[in-house]
Amino acid sequence: MRPTLLVFRRELAAYFSTPVAAVFLIVFLALSAGMTFLVSGFFDRGQADLSGFFFWHPWLYLILMPAIAMRLWAEERRSGTIELLMTLPVEPWQIVLGKWLAAWAFAALALVLTMPLWITVNWLGSPDNGVIVSSYLGSWLMAGAFLALAAAISGLTKSQVLAFIAATAVSFLFVMAGYDLVISTVRSWAPAIVVDAVRSMSFLEHFRRITEGVLEFPSIVFFVSLIVFCLWLNIQVVQVKKAA
Amino acid sequence: MALVEARDLVKRFGSLTAVDGISFKVERGEVVGFLGPNGAGKSTAMKMISGFLLPTSGQAWIDGHDSHADAIAARRRLGYLPEGAPAYADMSVGAFLSFIAAMHGLRKAQANDRLAELVERVHLAEVWNQRIDSLSKGFKRRVGIAQALVHDPDVLILDEPTDGLDPNQKYEMRALIRAIAARKAIIISTHILEEVEAVCGRVIIIARGRMLADAAPDVLLAGAPHAGALAVTIATGDPQRAIEIISKEPGVAKVAVAERVNGVTHLLVQTAQKAPSASELAGALGRADIAADEIYLKRPTLDDVFRQITTATEH
Repeated sequence: MRPTLLVFRRELAAYFSTPVAAVFLIVFLALSAGMTFLVSGFFDRGQADLSGFFFWHPWLYLILMPAIAMRLWAEERRSGTIELLMTLPVEPWQIVLGKWLAAWAFAALALVLTMPLWITVNWLGSPDNGVIVSSYLGSWLMAGAFLALAAAISGLTKSQVLAFIAATAVSFLFVMAGYDLVISTVRSWAPAIVVDAVRSMSFLEHFRRITEGVLEFPSIVFFVSLIVFCLWLNIQVVQVKKAA
Repeated sequence: MALVEARDLVKRFGSLTAVDGISFKVERGEVVGFLGPNGAGKSTAMKMISGFLLPTSGQAWIDGHDSHADAIAARRRLGYLPEGAPAYADMSVGAFLSFIAAMHGLRKAQANDRLAELVERVHLAEVWNQRIDSLSKGFKRRVGIAQALVHDPDVLILDEPTDGLDPNQKYEMRALIRAIAARKAIIISTHILEEVEAVCGRVIIIARGRMLADAAPDVLLAGAPHAGALAVTIATGDPQRAIEIISKEPGVAKVAVAERVNGVTHLLVQTAQKAPSASELAGALGRADIAADEIYLKRPTLDDVFRQITTATEH
């Protein structure tokens, strides 16, 4: 585990070596607060809960998580440091895991910084803190899935911009998978089992279940297995690129 | 057992064959120079030996460990400076080298001792806390070398270690390579020929992905065009007579006018097995009242050899 920890520490430090981290955190906080107060009408609802806050997370993550993950591998390829990294006596999975963990920890920090909102609802009323805790954890888990997906895509290119666009596009499919618009399109040509499969991939649907109540077990399994699969894919991407 | 062995390494990128069947061995104590024009396949060959690129076919071993099938064991014994000496731009020199040391499994105290020694050897003390993206090219290259040496590996593969260094730094880098050479197997790639003569006990010439020569520099020089030839400069007197006189000397194979500049004739005297010395030629010319301004043994250069070998296959 030591190499994983070393890569994790290096990557996390890299986020804070430029003002990009601060900019990102400010954008995340401004957007999530803006959506909660202005669009969801936090005060008008007259309810002491954070559903109006969590509702926007899949959409925020759609843009912001690829932005966090895009540099993980693309930057290594562009600068040539990948050659250094991949000739060190460590297993590729240790590096893949370390990088993803760093991005995930950064996402955790962004979430932690929204906690004043949680304090506020507790001050205004008496929310169901169990739901809020499970929503925070669910949101973090979903962020992990977005990040794992974007990290794997980042391994395919040396351009961060390309990595960002491709990751956002793929993430968009996952977010939209639950919408009637998508489902009805699929239903018109695919058998029921495919329709169900597509529906079951929906980030929105799984996240909604988590935020509605207790941590829903199948949804947790969904996000965890998607993370594991994407990390595995990331390892393959890094290996296959070796042969090309 | 050889510390480095490459057997029939081939790398194809689509229809392009970058490396086309390279085989060699490097023993402990040897410094081998990879010499070749740009795009000859030097870097690709090094990437395959280091285990970064998967060969299309063929195998490479570091100290008996296959650089792909047994990659971790092979990499433990390998110090590698990739093309362009990449390093994490956002880290300080100290943080970067500590990171690499830790990734090689060195414990904190061990790493600190080793880094303290390296800082002296590679002269990095003054930039230790500086960010790598603020360094000059020469310092960056030295960080790359330090990174390759940090775990004191048996095998060093250095892709253009002196590129971008000024003459003093080059001199120091070569001195460093010579100093550590006895205990290691070292492969360096370069297109600077004087470097090969300065540090390498053996030269492998690569062009268009193929190995065209594998020999000690002096062996290659002996096979150079004009090896053992004498240059004679005639300022006064009849050059035609000089040619006749020189031609009659024992051991002279052929005399030709190399060039005529401002009435001064430069002759090139090709010699056979037993060559006449410069003083013998001067004596012969002197007896005929021809004054030779200059007579010297033309020292063949690796440039000549390199040009001869790498251009020969173009036709």
